[in-house]
Amino acid sequence: MNMIVTTASPATPNGTTSMPNGTTRPQVRIVIVGHVDHGKSTLVGRLLHETGSLPEGKLEMLKAVSARRGMPFEWSFLLDALQTERDQGITIDTTQIRFRTNSRDIVLIDAPGHAEFLRNMITGASQADGAVLIIDALEGVRDQTRRHGYLLHLLGVKQVAIVVNKMDRVDFAADRFKAISDEISTHLEGLGVTPTAIIPISARDGDGVAERTDRIGWYKGPTVVEALDRLEPARPLETLALRLPVQAIYKFDDRRIVAGRIESGSLKAGDEIVIMPAGKIAKIKTVESWPVTPVATRQGAGRSVGITLDRELFVERGDIVAHAGTAPRDTRRLRARIFWLHDKPLAKGDQLLVRCGPKESRATVVAIEKAVDPGELSSTENKAIGRNHVGEIDISLSNPIATDPYTENPRTGRLVIEVSGRIAGGGLVLSVDAGQRAVPVDIVPVESALRPDERSARYRHNGAVIWLTGLPASGKSTLAKALERRLFTNGGSPILLDGDTLRAGLNGDLGFSTADRSENIRRLAEVATHLARNGHIAIVAAVSPAREDRAAARRIADTAFREIHVATPAAVCEERDPKGHYKKARAGALAAFTGIGNDYETPKAAELVIDTSARTVADATDEIERMLKATGVLFDEMVDLAANI
Amino acid sequence: MDHLDQLEAQSIYIFREAFARLKKIALLWSLGKDSNVMIWLARKAFFGRMPFPALHVDTGKKFPEMYRFRDHYGKEWELDLRVDPCPPIDAVDPTLPPAARSAARKTEGLKMALAKYGFDGLIAGIRRDEEATRAKERVFSPRGLEGNWDVRDQPPEFWDQFNASPPPGAHLRIHPILHWTEADIWAYTKRENIPIIPLYLSQNGKRYRSLGDADITFPVNSTAANIDEILIELEQTKVPERAGRALDHETEDAFERLRVAGYL
Repeated sequence: MNMIVTTASPATPNGTTSMPNGTTRPQVRIVIVGHVDHGKSTLVGRLLHETGSLPEGKLEMLKAVSARRGMPFEWSFLLDALQTERDQGITIDTTQIRFRTNSRDIVLIDAPGHAEFLRNMITGASQADGAVLIIDALEGVRDQTRRHGYLLHLLGVKQVAIVVNKMDRVDFAADRFKAISDEISTHLEGLGVTPTAIIPISARDGDGVAERTDRIGWYKGPTVVEALDRLEPARPLETLALRLPVQAIYKFDDRRIVAGRIESGSLKAGDEIVIMPAGKIAKIKTVESWPVTPVATRQGAGRSVGITLDRELFVERGDIVAHAGTAPRDTRRLRARIFWLHDKPLAKGDQLLVRCGPKESRATVVAIEKAVDPGELSSTENKAIGRNHVGEIDISLSNPIATDPYTENPRTGRLVIEVSGRIAGGGLVLSVDAGQRAVPVDIVPVESALRPDERSARYRHNGAVIWLTGLPASGKSTLAKALERRLFTNGGSPILLDGDTLRAGLNGDLGFSTADRSENIRRLAEVATHLARNGHIAIVAAVSPAREDRAAARRIADTAFREIHVATPAAVCEERDPKGHYKKARAGALAAFTGIGNDYETPKAAELVIDTSARTVADATDEIERMLKATGVLFDEMVDLAANI
Repeated sequence: MDHLDQLEAQSIYIFREAFARLKKIALLWSLGKDSNVMIWLARKAFFGRMPFPALHVDTGKKFPEMYRFRDHYGKEWELDLRVDPCPPIDAVDPTLPPAARSAARKTEGLKMALAKYGFDGLIAGIRRDEEATRAKERVFSPRGLEGNWDVRDQPPEFWDQFNASPPPGAHLRIHPILHWTEADIWAYTKRENIPIIPLYLSQNGKRYRSLGDADITFPVNSTAANIDEILIELEQTKVPERAGRALDHETEDAFERLRVAGYL
């Protein structure tokens, strides 16, 4: 017969089964842990029975199975559905079972206690909001009990109810119960965990599970069901700073979507964000979804989302999107408290793969600071961390990662360690040795006091980046200066960014290697884009021979970018040679000079192509002006924009 | 976020991890309520487009309604649909009881399809609440070279960190709806207006709760003629979901034997 689950609130006629649909009730995930044979599966079987959660016929089926095997009925058979488990009499892996108390939906994770299967216990316990730690009244606190207590603490499970089982084996003696209570309380409190309840029970007979029977009449605390009913769901992550670890970038259509799950905080279109560890800054343009897109409402922790940015930044899997000002730290060095599951002990100098969310990095163990068998906390050493032991390590990473100390963010402040493609351990980030690039944490972009349309009204053009590319002496600077003069005469705000001129200052640290040339172009593009965003027309004159570098510049400047290929024939350029470069290069005195070799990559889709050997400067400037009008940079008509402001 | 939002977000996370970390994956489409929800979730994860094939390992013994459903929605959802046959019954372990033997054809068909396409990941719509051995599953569950499942040596899996490096020739089963229940599937199907095969709805006092091969799947007594009524029925019933699946009930361990050999 099903028992009614009794708590202080009035019980319904059919116990918990008649409660309304569970979707609005708080859901709490609990794990049951403890030493092998201390009675976990029996307690779970009993709990399911007492809360009326068993499928019809299940009990009868198990009674029949027990009879056929000539065994007394065992509650634990309920869960041990696998043939192997019935043979060996142990629970091998985690099982998730749902049932209800008066005010909670409980997802119960049954974790095996056998030492060999500690990894399964961790798999189960890592998902739990609360735990029940079970202790055999006769055997008392064992190594495995202490180990489980320590691991619950390590996994961040704060709510732990202690159940002292098999009280029937000690004649329900209150003093035996008190001795065990004191011992386990001392152990857990040493770890910073206060038990939410300590309950004497007999799972086999039902004392203390849903009912306080006469045999434990001296006990005044809650039953197991009541203790479960008081557990709190995990605290909301939405109140923490935004962390969106990037799972992938999708480009299935014209959108470039940054996809991932919000681990904490929240986001919305228009938010200023920073992408760590690189520290790049952008704005969220849209939050994309399916079948309806875009999404206007603020999206909070737990949501799997996709965002587009207002500019094309290089973002990759493992990056973390955060809000400017509350970004995580980037580091190549961190300390972690870990548990180790691999056969081979973890030692100083070991090469590993560390995963922090979707980010992975090769890593080296710099030091083992502490290694402990959580079963006997007294024995501490610091050479290696053995299987099923815990410890603190210092690791260096080959790639910078963005992470938080666990105390600041439980979701991003944890990592797993892989050995040969398999998870071999995991743990919490204790501290982060902030990298060279810790700066972005404190960067808060300041927006201009002026709106773009205010500037447009004055200058009668929109901001733009006019990128003149071509061989040395093709006429880029001449055209750029003519265009600058023309725009200024018409009341506009052009600014010349000549490649050579910037190399004298901003880019003075750069040489002519491929990498330096790319960086030179990147900086030119960044400066030009900043000017364009503020309504100016930045005219860039730079050889910029690499197609990829120009593509990168276009990504940076996005829709403001206009490329003009100054396609003067090479022979004409060499003949002109106003700076004498060709002459020097022919003489071998100018290394890495573009023009003589074949290293100039012709643009394929420039907005305009001009051959200065075939037309006058004024004529070419006219044509540039026409292109700027046609592509919306210059206003075609003289409209009174001021009237619209 | 309500309960269904949470389930959805978690499944999308799993889909994106599978797509990011494995080279060649496919989704096993059995045409039933669970795999239809999976396809829907995949389209959410990838913004309207499922960027990998849907694989139907066809026993040739499904209900006509199921084939009609496949042909219609395969097109409408723009799936890259691959239909692969199963070997004849003679090719299957004769020591299995009849229904299990029939179901084991599907395992063989699956192995053939895996060998043919070289998938390193198969997305499957099993749920923990369906059956006891499925409750023991990992989200990323490694399979041996023969497609077999070693329940005694499963990798640890926690904090949504998945083991995604199968050895050469082996593959992973990915279970994006492992954490859903039968009631969740129906509530979500209703909320998202996902099409269903009418066999799930009561006709003449009976309906199918779980759809498999026509010769080894039987309807249960039910008057539930729409999803709301199904949800009410699920609140009240204590009949297990797979009660109408003959193969589950032939011997105590029939289903476990099938799963260890590579069955879903």
